Amino acid sequence: MANINRPRDFHEARWDEPIIMEMGEKGKRGVLIPQASDKIKKTVGSAEGLIPAGMVRKKAPALPEMSQMEVLRHYMRLSQETIGTDINIDIGLGTCTMKYSPKINEQFVRSEKLQEVHPLQDESTIQGILEIMYKDEQYLKAISGMDRVGLQAGGGSQAIFQNVSIIRAYFESKGLADVKNEIITTILSHPANPGAAATLGYKVITLYPGEDGLPDLEALKAAVNEHTAALMITNPEDTGIYNDKIRQFVDLVHSVGGLCVYDQANLNGVFGITRARDAGFDMCHYNLHKSFSSPHGCQGPAAGASCVSAELAGFLASPTVEFDGEKYYLRYDNPESIGKVRKFYGVPAVLLRTYAYIRSMGPDGMKAVGELSILNNNYMLKKMSDIPGLSMPMAEGKFRMEQARMSWEQLTKDTGVTTDDIARRVVDYGFQDYFASHHPRLIPEPFTPEPVESYSKDDIDEYVEAIRSIAKEAYEDPDVVKTAPHKAALATQIDESYLTEWEKFATTWRGYKKYLCKDK
Amino acid sequence: MKNKEFVHPYLPNSVPEIKKEMLDTVGVGSIEEIYKSIIPDDLLFKGRLDLPEPIVNEYELKKHVMGILDKDITTEEYTSFLGAGCYKHQVPAICDELNMRGEFLTAYCGDTYSDHGKMQAFFEYASMMAELLDMDVVSYTTYDVTQSVISSFRMAKRYWKAAGKDTDTVLIPETMCKEVLSAAESYCRGQLKLVSVKAGADGCMDLEDLKAKLSSNKTAAVFYENPSYLGFFEKNAEKIAELAHKAGALVIAQPEVASLGIVESPANLGADLVVGDIQPLGMHIQFGGGQAGFIACQQDLALLKQFPTYMYGICRTKEEGKFGWGRAMNYRSSHGSRENANEYFGTETGLWGITAGIYLASMGPQGMYELGESILQKTAYAIEELSKIKGLKVNLFGGCNFQEFVVNFDGCGKTAGEVNKALLEKKIFGGKDLSREFPQYGQSSLYCISELTTEEDIAALKAALEEIVGGCK
Repeated sequence: MANINRPRDFHEARWDEPIIMEMGEKGKRGVLIPQASDKIKKTVGSAEGLIPAGMVRKKAPALPEMSQMEVLRHYMRLSQETIGTDINIDIGLGTCTMKYSPKINEQFVRSEKLQEVHPLQDESTIQGILEIMYKDEQYLKAISGMDRVGLQAGGGSQAIFQNVSIIRAYFESKGLADVKNEIITTILSHPANPGAAATLGYKVITLYPGEDGLPDLEALKAAVNEHTAALMITNPEDTGIYNDKIRQFVDLVHSVGGLCVYDQANLNGVFGITRARDAGFDMCHYNLHKSFSSPHGCQGPAAGASCVSAELAGFLASPTVEFDGEKYYLRYDNPESIGKVRKFYGVPAVLLRTYAYIRSMGPDGMKAVGELSILNNNYMLKKMSDIPGLSMPMAEGKFRMEQARMSWEQLTKDTGVTTDDIARRVVDYGFQDYFASHHPRLIPEPFTPEPVESYSKDDIDEYVEAIRSIAKEAYEDPDVVKTAPHKAALATQIDESYLTEWEKFATTWRGYKKYLCKDK
Repeated sequence: MKNKEFVHPYLPNSVPEIKKEMLDTVGVGSIEEIYKSIIPDDLLFKGRLDLPEPIVNEYELKKHVMGILDKDITTEEYTSFLGAGCYKHQVPAICDELNMRGEFLTAYCGDTYSDHGKMQAFFEYASMMAELLDMDVVSYTTYDVTQSVISSFRMAKRYWKAAGKDTDTVLIPETMCKEVLSAAESYCRGQLKLVSVKAGADGCMDLEDLKAKLSSNKTAAVFYENPSYLGFFEKNAEKIAELAHKAGALVIAQPEVASLGIVESPANLGADLVVGDIQPLGMHIQFGGGQAGFIACQQDLALLKQFPTYMYGICRTKEEGKFGWGRAMNYRSSHGSRENANEYFGTETGLWGITAGIYLASMGPQGMYELGESILQKTAYAIEELSKIKGLKVNLFGGCNFQEFVVNFDGCGKTAGEVNKALLEKKIFGGKDLSREFPQYGQSSLYCISELTTEEDIAALKAALEEIVGGCK
């Protein structure tokens, strides 16, 4: 039984809202704030007199002036023109692990006991949140097999950055910073790996996959030398192909004194099945908003966990959360620490959700997440295997882990319809536009679905049938796909030159009016 | 009806019959069979994860989690004078209502076509920030002010490099936030030296020292906070810009967004890059999790090219009068060009950008003016009242302040920590103890006032301090 056994008659809300900068009328108020009492005003005088000469604002900011309901209604309408995971079968955003974010956890996060707690309060008054953070670390140690976990990073890429900072600090402590100046990664590892390595000045060497879809071990052999500081690698990569030679990769890098860092932004397929430390890695990182169920929040706030071996523990960002048997406390006295990565202690709301999620799943539940995400993916791939024009390049006949990189190359050759056309067209079926691939597109016309454990068999069936239906359209009526979307909030296509030409670049309404409307 | 196998509400396909049907479709007998065919046996984890047993119903989970969180004492229960980069303000109910909407809360990187509303909300956030800052270009939100500051230093270096000039220094104020400084030292190591300019008796940058340090001609930028981390206005902002520009350096300024309805934007005081944090604009303090940064400048192509973040550009469409949005000039970011990007980049703080937009639209120009006004007046009043306490040096730097000021306890023989412990007993969170980060200012604390602080709060603080300080004389 499918969810719906006919094509869903979907249409996204289309409110045609004006830009807010064009809304409102002089004098309207959206919210009022507590002002100084008469006594205070009388005592201190006018506020402008309390500002140094020349620093009083000369021209009021041209913000909209709107009633509260008008503001609410505008943003409610914009929300309806946004397809979050709560309202769609979010299988298309592969590598992003768009799982269900439990609503009960939102209640915890919205509690005053988190919302109204200041990070600099006396430790005796923050024992609750410190306990949550401390226990998160213990649980993530169990899941990774590592010895310590830093929770300060405000996202996965920042955790990668923290890991690169630790690599640097480690070799500096050994007096090898000048020698160890190369980092090896793979083209199918997340771009933040080479990005963060280069940010700290490392030369980046990139390995490409062979026909088996795995990074080439021979290329790694050629790349490692006394300059190798680290290998930063994902497994499985975006292709979902498990790298069964991973221990050889790790051993090879270790043999030249390099560190091995496992990008586990997406941990979903290996929960309780494999652990980074057991494969010999020195470090790994988790995107806690992905595998550990925090809502993605239109791209953050997020959190990243850096899991490290005992040898690297002292380098983690400071302060660390400790427990002395009676009370939890923040330790600032970490002389080898890389210092601060983010303000205060990271993003506690995400750490709280992580705690609640792990506690609601337990050890068997966490493993079931891994297993079911593998089952869902291979079930979906089987169902998709006969969709015309769609293929799954590399490692033919091998099962995938939790996601897969597919290719519309044949369909594009046959019909002229591209993966970007299809990504727009899926919106007409009630799905978020899908993720093709990270840059560069190594596989032609890519498409990367990830049916995480949250999605039922019926959900997967509906998604597969939608993709099948679009493929059919491409062969029978390609224009309907090429001109998509038709039922989205924006049912026309943008002029991409505004995103690629500096002369047409504006990130604000005032910028647009000043520089792009000169002709008008 | 008894179900032998446990079915978790978050795991629909754990229903045995469904799982069986799916396994049959795949053509295997078990899930293990799938992964054992691709993962070598020696890499398989054979144990059971060392995690506590699950709490499977919501009621007991809530009891458990809230049981832990209830150990915290909030700033609603006690009166707080803490700030130092995390500021408690009134959060309009519609900010909470709208950022709880599942569509916004659970969206991710769907863009132009599925998430038209989200894209418009991002653009509107940037557009309103642009008005507040009086600048034309505002970045997508960064992790926090720390990231904005440290990226702006690297941007300055790249800016000059692109212009054919080698630079090696950023000049910073002696009183700069130490957390941001720690991150900056790590981020800029090997690229830029961070050299601090002496603070005068009024806390502001010593202009003679600044001049001397600019003379090397290798300065990429001069950075200042206004108000400073310690609360006083950097009243020489325009003079700093003049000196910096004369020496061929950029000016990077970090204003306090809550002040900008009444205080001039650094953009109009000579700053080339303006950076900061939007947490005060509608984000709860949430133990430091509400931070989100911005980077802004005028429409100067040479600077625009140096932004490491996403920039959401407005686009005309095939339909006259309709706009869409997309990620502009993506090659600048690591998502666009990996190691060749300006800097690394990732998922940062989108929801807070949308929330700040809702806040600014609600407040309008008059609301932002009144916010700044209320804070300025209450801060001045608190300084005046606390100055009446013998033995305390209140407002150490003597000048005008926005929302924060330093109280020194050296004259009363108590440490800042001891004073705070005593205040805690009176249900008051005293100001941040500065003695570890700023030993040059002795036993001092940084007190923070907001529009939420009342005359009664200040009277209670005064009475408490009088008692604590009086007791040690």
